[in-house]
Amino acid sequence: MTKNSKKLALTGGYAAAEALKQINPDVMAVYPITPQTPIIEVFSKFKSDGEVDTEVIHVESEHSAISACVGSSAAGARTVTATSSQGLALMNEILYIASGLRRPILMLVSARALAAPLNIHGDHSDVMGARDSGWVQIFCSTPQEVYDKTIVGMKLAEKVKLPVMVIMDGFNTSHSVENMEILEKEAVQKFVGEYSPEKYLLDIDNPVTFGPVALQNSYFEFRKDLSDAFDTVEGELEKIYEEYGHISGRSYKKIEKYKLEDAEKILVAMGSVGGTIKDAIDKLREDGEKVGLLEISLFRPFPYEEVKKALKDTKEVIVLDRNLAFGTKQVLASEISHSIGKKVKSVVYGLGGRDTFQKQIMDLVKGDNQSGYLL
Amino acid sequence: MKYHNKTIFEIIFFARGGQGAKTAAEIIAQAALVEGKFVQSFPSFGPERSGAPTKTYVRISNSEIRTHEPVTDPDVVVVLDETLLDGTVVTEGLDKNEALIINSKKTVEEIKNIIKFEGKIYPVDANRISMEIVGQPRPNTVILGKFIKVTEITKLESVVEEFRHIFEAKIGKEATDKNISAIEKAYDSV
Repeated sequence: MTKNSKKLALTGGYAAAEALKQINPDVMAVYPITPQTPIIEVFSKFKSDGEVDTEVIHVESEHSAISACVGSSAAGARTVTATSSQGLALMNEILYIASGLRRPILMLVSARALAAPLNIHGDHSDVMGARDSGWVQIFCSTPQEVYDKTIVGMKLAEKVKLPVMVIMDGFNTSHSVENMEILEKEAVQKFVGEYSPEKYLLDIDNPVTFGPVALQNSYFEFRKDLSDAFDTVEGELEKIYEEYGHISGRSYKKIEKYKLEDAEKILVAMGSVGGTIKDAIDKLREDGEKVGLLEISLFRPFPYEEVKKALKDTKEVIVLDRNLAFGTKQVLASEISHSIGKKVKSVVYGLGGRDTFQKQIMDLVKGDNQSGYLL
Repeated sequence: MKYHNKTIFEIIFFARGGQGAKTAAEIIAQAALVEGKFVQSFPSFGPERSGAPTKTYVRISNSEIRTHEPVTDPDVVVVLDETLLDGTVVTEGLDKNEALIINSKKTVEEIKNIIKFEGKIYPVDANRISMEIVGQPRPNTVILGKFIKVTEITKLESVVEEFRHIFEAKIGKEATDKNISAIEKAYDSV
């Protein structure tokens, strides 16, 4: 615990709202109906209590929420939003516009399942649907990480001029109370700094246009520019994590390694299942299984080189996906396979909020489950 | 900590939607946090509607809690509504050295006639205590008194302080004091 931090027990949703309160953004546009999360409920209370001076805009759909975000960000305001599940799916069209216009919007996502059948429980299907939309995607596995990465995500977005999604597992993290520490508001304010965009619509002395037509002669270049911008993310994120480590005492990386040094088998996963896997690994190691965990925190851009380094000498790689891709290999398994240039064992778990137990992980590592699913 | 043979002390609350199991669980978690422990609390994420059976999990430990799986091997089970005994096996995972705390006016023998359980059963008439002292049925927080007495997982003062912290601004000092008296009454009940 560093000086001036405060110990609390909060849900991931509350932790996100707390971080947003300390950032005190100019605008938050949200659609406050299921499948929303406690994030906007808590943040709206902060607003009513006068603890933030953010303009909270309640709109009539998620499509409008993200559209309002694009507008306010283009106008020059520090802008955030939060969504989940079908809400994120409905935003899809405008996600591409936000990234194409290089809007540094921060979005908190409680990752949940998509219908049909109807289900709004924990799952990564919603965020996987947005994985190639030009948004940076950072996964969290605990409320502490949600708090920290919300603050880091805001700074990263404005540094690289790209929209950022900070992703927590719906329910498993968003509604689970856990120990955490928060910083003082002043420290957070100083860390994210004042937002001063280079170009914005309300800068009437320097008029600019956002989102004009770009035809055959220039559209391609715009898209390549956006792609090139992603190449800067990994380096900038490393720097920001390091700086954040100085003020918080907590250090983060693009990928997190657990007991990999001598591991003959490595599990790869994202989100709250990481903690469950770590406990399972400790038990497996007592039985002599040399096993470790690689947690992917930065999913977009995908840190291929680091993943390759971490996994290259491993005999067996087992990748856990919390989504089901139809007619193709699983998403994370494909990325890992691509990183290391060989086949991996691919397993789907936790769809629609299905619980995942240490015992299932242990059976999987011991080879007792060859089905490809932790049903 | 009584009945405690694992690194992490695990609790399951059985209740019905709207009975305040989540609040009770969070008061315990916050009280343990204040005492320097690591905590985790989350509901079983079923369909949320008033009156539906719910499960809420709490973990308390002296070291970091990493797992996110539901509790399946509880050290103690708290039942806020005895009508749940009809359709739910509330003692699953409880062995004979572990405890069931239940809001009921029934005796231990009467409860044993309803459920097969060899462990310790602690009935407490939290509804009556709550009606007598608070004037409203608030068994969820009242039962915490019994819970603390049985488990010794946190100090009674920590729970009382946390209750005051959460509720005094909402319900006023007088009602808070009454609720706290009810918690203390349940703590002292035999």
